[in-house]
Amino acid sequence: MTFQIPIALITFYAFASILIASAVMVISAKNPVHSVLYLILSFFNAAGIFILLGAELISMTLIIVYVGAVAVLFLFVVMMVDFKAPGEGLSGSLKIVAGLIGSVLICETTFLFCTWQSSPFAKEGLTNPMPEGRTNAHSLGDILYTDYFLLFQVSGLILLVAIIGAITLTLRDRTRSRTQVISEQVGRDPKETVVMVKVKSGQGVSHD
Amino acid sequence: MDALLIEYLPILIFLGVAISLSIAMVGIAYFRSTSAPSDIKLSAYECGFAAFDDTRFKFDVRFYLVAILFIIFDLEIAFLFPWAISFHKIGWFGYTSMMLFLGILTVGFIYEWKKGALEWE
Repeated sequence: MTFQIPIALITFYAFASILIASAVMVISAKNPVHSVLYLILSFFNAAGIFILLGAELISMTLIIVYVGAVAVLFLFVVMMVDFKAPGEGLSGSLKIVAGLIGSVLICETTFLFCTWQSSPFAKEGLTNPMPEGRTNAHSLGDILYTDYFLLFQVSGLILLVAIIGAITLTLRDRTRSRTQVISEQVGRDPKETVVMVKVKSGQGVSHD
Repeated sequence: MDALLIEYLPILIFLGVAISLSIAMVGIAYFRSTSAPSDIKLSAYECGFAAFDDTRFKFDVRFYLVAILFIIFDLEIAFLFPWAISFHKIGWFGYTSMMLFLGILTVGFIYEWKKGALEWE
Protein backbone atom coordinates (compact mmCIF):
# COMPACT_ATOMS: atom_id res chain seq x y z
CA MET A 1 0.00 0.00 0.00
CA THR A 2 2.94 2.31 -0.43
CA PHE A 3 1.96 3.25 -3.97
CA GLN A 4 -1.09 5.30 -2.97
CA ILE A 5 0.70 8.45 -2.01
CA PRO A 6 2.62 8.90 -5.25
CA ILE A 7 -0.58 8.41 -7.27
CA ALA A 8 -2.40 11.02 -5.20
CA LEU A 9 0.56 13.37 -5.51
CA ILE A 10 0.88 12.90 -9.27
CA THR A 11 -2.86 13.40 -9.68
CA PHE A 12 -2.74 16.56 -7.61
CA TYR A 13 0.06 18.04 -9.69
CA ALA A 14 -1.69 17.04 -12.91
CA PHE A 15 -4.95 18.69 -11.80
CA ALA A 16 -3.17 21.77 -10.47
CA SER A 17 -1.05 22.34 -13.56
CA ILE A 18 -4.00 21.86 -15.93
CA LEU A 19 -6.05 24.19 -13.70
CA ILE A 20 -3.45 26.96 -13.86
CA ALA A 21 -2.84 26.49 -17.57
CA SER A 22 -6.54 26.61 -18.41
CA ALA A 23 -7.02 29.62 -16.13
CA VAL A 24 -4.29 31.42 -18.07
CA MET A 25 -6.03 30.43 -21.29
CA VAL A 26 -9.34 31.87 -20.01
CA ILE A 27 -7.88 35.36 -19.95
CA SER A 28 -5.64 35.03 -22.98
CA ALA A 29 -7.94 33.26 -25.46
CA LYS A 30 -9.03 35.56 -28.29
CA ASN A 31 -12.39 33.92 -28.80
CA PRO A 32 -14.73 34.42 -25.79
CA VAL A 33 -16.43 31.07 -26.38
CA HIS A 34 -13.05 29.35 -26.15
CA SER A 35 -12.31 31.11 -22.88
CA VAL A 36 -15.63 29.87 -21.44
CA LEU A 37 -14.67 26.33 -22.48
CA TYR A 38 -11.31 26.75 -20.73
CA LEU A 39 -13.21 28.00 -17.69
CA ILE A 40 -15.23 24.78 -17.67
CA LEU A 41 -11.99 22.78 -17.85
CA SER A 42 -10.59 24.68 -14.88
CA PHE A 43 -13.81 24.04 -12.91
CA PHE A 44 -13.42 20.31 -13.53
CA ASN A 45 -9.80 20.36 -12.37
CA ALA A 46 -10.72 22.29 -9.23
CA ALA A 47 -13.36 19.64 -8.54
CA GLY A 48 -10.65 16.98 -8.85
CA ILE A 49 -8.46 18.80 -6.34
CA PHE A 50 -11.39 19.00 -3.92
CA ILE A 51 -11.85 15.23 -4.20
CA LEU A 52 -8.15 14.75 -3.41
CA LEU A 53 -8.74 16.86 -0.27
CA GLY A 54 -11.62 14.60 0.72
CA ALA A 55 -14.24 17.31 0.20
CA GLU A 56 -16.63 15.25 -1.90
CA LEU A 57 -19.74 17.35 -1.47
CA ILE A 58 -18.04 20.58 -2.47
CA SER A 59 -16.49 18.86 -5.45
CA MET A 60 -19.80 17.51 -6.72
CA THR A 61 -21.50 20.85 -6.05
CA LEU A 62 -18.77 22.51 -8.08
CA ILE A 63 -19.56 20.23 -11.00
CA ILE A 64 -23.35 20.49 -10.68
CA VAL A 65 -23.59 24.20 -10.04
CA TYR A 66 -20.54 25.70 -11.73
CA VAL A 67 -20.12 23.42 -14.72
CA GLY A 68 -23.81 22.70 -15.10
CA ALA A 69 -25.23 26.13 -14.59
CA VAL A 70 -22.73 28.97 -14.22
CA ALA A 71 -20.73 27.98 -17.30
CA VAL A 72 -23.94 27.82 -19.33
CA LEU A 73 -24.84 31.26 -18.02
CA PHE A 74 -21.42 32.54 -19.10
CA LEU A 75 -21.95 31.04 -22.53
CA PHE A 76 -25.26 32.88 -22.86
CA VAL A 77 -23.64 36.12 -21.71
CA VAL A 78 -20.88 35.65 -24.27
CA MET A 79 -23.47 35.00 -26.96
CA MET A 80 -25.38 38.12 -25.98
CA VAL A 81 -22.28 40.21 -26.46
CA ASP A 82 -21.89 41.28 -30.04
CA PHE A 83 -18.46 40.23 -31.19
CA LYS A 84 -18.30 40.53 -34.95
CA ALA A 85 -14.53 40.86 -35.05
CA PRO A 86 -12.87 38.72 -32.38
CA GLY A 87 -9.44 39.89 -31.35
CA GLU A 88 -10.02 43.57 -32.04
CA GLY A 89 -9.45 44.54 -28.41
CA LEU A 90 -10.71 47.45 -26.34
CA SER A 91 -10.51 51.09 -27.27
CA GLY A 92 -8.09 53.44 -25.48
CA SER A 93 -10.36 54.89 -22.80
CA LEU A 94 -11.90 51.50 -22.04
CA LYS A 95 -8.42 50.07 -21.57
CA ILE A 96 -7.72 52.65 -18.87
CA VAL A 97 -10.98 51.81 -17.07
CA ALA A 98 -10.24 48.09 -17.31
CA GLY A 99 -6.72 48.66 -16.02
CA LEU A 100 -8.06 50.68 -13.07
CA ILE A 101 -10.57 48.00 -12.11
CA GLY A 102 -7.89 45.31 -12.47
CA SER A 103 -5.37 47.17 -10.30
CA VAL A 104 -8.01 47.76 -7.61
CA LEU A 105 -8.74 44.04 -7.59
CA ILE A 106 -5.02 43.20 -7.42
CA CYS A 107 -4.57 45.60 -4.48
CA GLU A 108 -7.55 44.04 -2.75
CA THR A 109 -6.29 40.48 -3.12
CA THR A 110 -2.76 41.47 -2.05
CA PHE A 111 -4.18 43.19 1.00
CA LEU A 112 -6.26 40.12 1.85
CA PHE A 113 -3.28 37.83 1.30
CA CYS A 114 -1.03 39.89 3.59
CA THR A 115 -3.53 40.07 6.45
CA TRP A 116 -4.76 36.49 6.06
CA GLN A 117 -4.78 34.53 9.27
CA SER A 118 -5.74 30.90 9.27
CA SER A 119 -8.08 29.76 11.98
CA PRO A 120 -6.41 28.42 15.16
CA PHE A 121 -8.37 25.21 14.64
CA ALA A 122 -7.16 24.78 11.07
CA LYS A 123 -4.02 22.86 11.94
CA GLU A 124 -5.93 20.64 14.32
CA GLY A 125 -8.56 19.97 11.66
CA LEU A 126 -5.94 19.10 9.08
CA THR A 127 -4.16 16.59 11.27
CA ASN A 128 -7.35 15.01 12.63
CA PRO A 129 -8.54 12.16 10.44
CA MET A 130 -12.08 12.19 9.14
CA PRO A 131 -14.35 10.19 11.46
CA GLU A 132 -15.09 6.72 10.19
CA GLY A 133 -18.50 6.31 8.60
CA ARG A 134 -19.28 10.03 8.53
CA THR A 135 -18.90 11.44 5.09
CA ASN A 136 -18.31 15.02 4.18
CA ALA A 137 -21.95 15.60 3.33
CA HIS A 138 -22.99 14.09 6.68
CA SER A 139 -20.86 16.44 8.72
CA LEU A 140 -22.05 19.43 6.73
CA GLY A 141 -25.68 18.46 7.03
CA ASP A 142 -25.36 17.98 10.78
CA ILE A 143 -24.62 21.63 11.41
CA LEU A 144 -25.65 23.63 8.35
CA TYR A 145 -29.42 23.66 8.99
CA THR A 146 -29.38 23.96 12.77
CA ASP A 147 -26.19 25.60 14.06
CA TYR A 148 -25.99 27.95 11.08
CA PHE A 149 -29.75 28.49 10.84
CA LEU A 150 -29.53 32.24 10.26
CA LEU A 151 -26.88 32.02 7.54
CA PHE A 152 -28.87 29.30 5.81
CA GLN A 153 -32.03 31.42 5.76
CA VAL A 154 -30.05 34.45 4.59
CA SER A 155 -28.76 32.38 1.67
CA GLY A 156 -32.37 31.56 0.84
CA LEU A 157 -33.23 35.27 0.90
CA ILE A 158 -30.25 36.02 -1.35
CA LEU A 159 -31.56 33.47 -3.85
CA LEU A 160 -35.01 35.11 -3.66
CA VAL A 161 -33.45 38.51 -4.39
CA ALA A 162 -31.59 36.92 -7.30
CA ILE A 163 -34.84 35.57 -8.75
CA ILE A 164 -36.60 38.93 -8.48
CA GLY A 165 -33.56 40.83 -9.75
CA ALA A 166 -33.11 38.61 -12.77
CA ILE A 167 -36.78 38.89 -13.67
CA THR A 168 -36.98 42.66 -13.28
CA LEU A 169 -33.75 43.17 -15.22
CA THR A 170 -34.38 40.92 -18.17
CA LEU A 171 -38.11 40.34 -18.52
CA ARG A 172 -39.55 42.42 -21.30
CA ASP A 173 -43.10 43.24 -22.13
CA ARG A 174 -44.79 40.35 -23.84
CA THR A 175 -47.19 42.10 -26.17
CA ARG A 176 -46.61 39.62 -28.97
CA SER A 177 -47.27 36.71 -26.69
CA ARG A 178 -50.08 34.46 -27.90
CA THR A 179 -50.68 31.96 -25.18
CA GLN A 180 -53.38 29.33 -25.37
CA VAL A 181 -56.32 29.69 -23.00
CA ILE A 182 -57.30 26.07 -22.87
CA SER A 183 -60.53 26.53 -20.91
CA GLU A 184 -61.79 28.97 -23.53
CA GLN A 185 -60.88 26.59 -26.32
CA VAL A 186 -62.57 23.62 -24.73
CA GLY A 187 -65.59 25.55 -23.49
CA ARG A 188 -66.66 26.79 -26.92
CA ASP A 189 -70.13 25.88 -28.00
CA PRO A 190 -70.06 24.04 -31.33
CA LYS A 191 -73.41 25.54 -32.33
CA GLU A 192 -71.95 29.07 -32.35
CA THR A 193 -68.89 28.20 -34.31
CA VAL A 194 -69.88 25.64 -36.90
CA VAL A 195 -72.67 26.22 -39.37
CA MET A 196 -73.90 23.46 -41.60
CA VAL A 197 -74.85 24.69 -45.04
CA LYS A 198 -76.49 22.76 -47.81
CA VAL A 199 -74.91 23.86 -51.06
CA LYS A 200 -76.72 23.37 -54.31
CA SER A 201 -74.44 22.44 -57.14
CA GLY A 202 -73.24 25.33 -59.28
CA GLN A 203 -74.46 28.08 -56.88
CA GLY A 204 -71.87 28.41 -54.12
CA VAL A 205 -72.39 29.95 -50.71
CA SER A 206 -72.83 33.60 -49.79
CA HIS A 207 -71.34 34.52 -46.48
CA ASP A 208 -72.88 37.17 -44.26
CA MET B 1 -8.91 9.48 3.67
CA ASP B 2 -6.84 7.04 1.64
CA ALA B 3 -9.76 4.62 1.62
CA LEU B 4 -11.86 7.44 0.14
CA LEU B 5 -9.30 8.09 -2.57
CA ILE B 6 -9.10 4.39 -3.41
CA GLU B 7 -12.83 4.52 -4.10
CA TYR B 8 -12.18 7.16 -6.71
CA LEU B 9 -9.33 5.22 -8.35
CA PRO B 10 -11.60 3.60 -11.00
CA ILE B 11 -12.80 7.05 -12.03
CA LEU B 12 -9.20 8.21 -12.34
CA ILE B 13 -8.32 5.19 -14.48
CA PHE B 14 -11.43 5.79 -16.59
CA LEU B 15 -10.43 9.44 -16.98
CA GLY B 16 -6.93 8.43 -18.09
CA VAL B 17 -8.27 5.94 -20.61
CA ALA B 18 -10.79 8.48 -21.94
CA ILE B 19 -8.19 11.23 -22.29
CA SER B 20 -5.60 9.02 -23.97
CA LEU B 21 -8.17 7.46 -26.29
CA SER B 22 -9.55 10.82 -27.40
CA ILE B 23 -6.05 12.25 -27.87
CA ALA B 24 -5.12 9.17 -29.89
CA MET B 25 -8.19 9.38 -32.12
CA VAL B 26 -7.93 13.10 -32.79
CA GLY B 27 -4.14 12.92 -33.09
CA ILE B 28 -4.11 10.06 -35.59
CA ALA B 29 -6.76 11.78 -37.66
CA TYR B 30 -4.78 15.01 -37.52
CA PHE B 31 -1.42 13.57 -38.50
CA ARG B 32 -2.38 10.75 -40.87
CA SER B 33 -5.04 12.44 -42.98
CA THR B 34 -4.31 14.48 -46.06
CA SER B 35 -5.69 17.95 -45.84
CA ALA B 36 -5.37 20.73 -48.39
CA PRO B 37 -7.57 23.59 -47.21
CA SER B 38 -8.41 26.51 -49.43
CA ASP B 39 -10.55 29.63 -48.97
CA ILE B 40 -13.46 28.11 -50.82
CA LYS B 41 -13.32 24.87 -48.83
CA LEU B 42 -13.21 26.69 -45.52
CA SER B 43 -16.04 29.12 -46.27
CA ALA B 44 -19.51 28.58 -44.87
CA TYR B 45 -21.66 26.34 -47.03
CA GLU B 46 -25.27 27.34 -47.36
CA CYS B 47 -26.96 25.09 -49.90
CA GLY B 48 -25.08 26.38 -52.88
CA PHE B 49 -25.59 30.14 -52.58
CA ALA B 50 -23.47 32.71 -50.77
CA ALA B 51 -24.14 32.95 -47.02
CA PHE B 52 -26.77 35.55 -46.13
CA ASP B 53 -25.54 36.55 -42.74
CA ASP B 54 -22.91 36.17 -40.10
CA THR B 55 -23.42 33.26 -37.73
CA ARG B 56 -22.35 35.41 -34.78
CA PHE B 57 -25.52 37.22 -33.87
CA LYS B 58 -26.74 38.29 -30.46
CA PHE B 59 -28.81 35.80 -28.54
CA ASP B 60 -32.11 36.71 -26.99
CA VAL B 61 -31.88 37.85 -23.38
CA ARG B 62 -34.52 35.28 -22.43
CA PHE B 63 -31.99 32.46 -22.65
CA TYR B 64 -30.02 34.29 -19.99
CA LEU B 65 -33.09 34.63 -17.78
CA VAL B 66 -33.84 30.91 -18.04
CA ALA B 67 -30.20 30.12 -17.18
CA ILE B 68 -30.30 32.33 -14.06
CA LEU B 69 -33.57 30.81 -12.86
CA PHE B 70 -32.06 27.36 -13.47
CA ILE B 71 -28.99 28.19 -11.37
CA ILE B 72 -31.13 29.32 -8.45
CA PHE B 73 -33.12 26.12 -8.27
CA ASP B 74 -29.96 24.11 -8.91
CA LEU B 75 -28.49 25.65 -5.76
CA GLU B 76 -31.67 24.83 -3.89
CA ILE B 77 -31.19 21.16 -4.86
CA ALA B 78 -27.54 21.30 -3.76
CA PHE B 79 -28.72 22.37 -0.32
CA LEU B 80 -31.19 19.49 -0.18
CA PHE B 81 -28.61 16.68 -0.40
CA PRO B 82 -26.81 17.10 2.98
CA TRP B 83 -30.17 17.81 4.60
CA ALA B 84 -31.61 14.53 3.36
CA ILE B 85 -28.53 12.58 4.52
CA SER B 86 -28.51 13.85 8.10
CA PHE B 87 -32.28 14.14 8.36
CA HIS B 88 -32.52 11.91 11.44
CA LYS B 89 -29.90 13.77 13.38
CA ILE B 90 -31.09 17.34 12.94
CA GLY B 91 -34.66 16.59 14.00
CA TRP B 92 -37.64 18.92 13.81
CA PHE B 93 -35.52 22.06 13.95
CA GLY B 94 -33.63 21.03 10.84
CA TYR B 95 -36.91 20.09 9.16
CA THR B 96 -38.51 23.45 9.92
CA SER B 97 -35.37 25.24 8.87
CA MET B 98 -35.42 23.58 5.46
CA MET B 99 -39.16 24.13 5.07
CA LEU B 100 -38.65 27.84 5.75
CA PHE B 101 -35.87 27.92 3.15
CA LEU B 102 -38.05 26.14 0.61
CA GLY B 103 -40.91 28.49 1.47
CA ILE B 104 -38.80 31.55 0.74
CA LEU B 105 -37.80 30.09 -2.62
CA THR B 106 -41.39 29.08 -3.37
CA VAL B 107 -42.37 32.73 -2.96
CA GLY B 108 -39.82 33.49 -5.67
CA PHE B 109 -41.13 30.65 -7.80
CA ILE B 110 -44.72 31.90 -7.54
CA TYR B 111 -43.51 35.40 -8.42
CA GLU B 112 -41.69 34.14 -11.48
CA TRP B 113 -44.64 32.01 -12.57
CA LYS B 114 -47.18 34.83 -12.20
CA LYS B 115 -44.84 37.32 -13.86
CA GLY B 116 -44.68 35.06 -16.91
CA ALA B 117 -40.92 34.56 -16.84
CA LEU B 118 -41.34 30.90 -17.70
CA GLU B 119 -43.51 31.64 -20.72
CA TRP B 120 -42.02 31.39 -24.17
CA GLU B 121 -43.86 33.21 -26.89
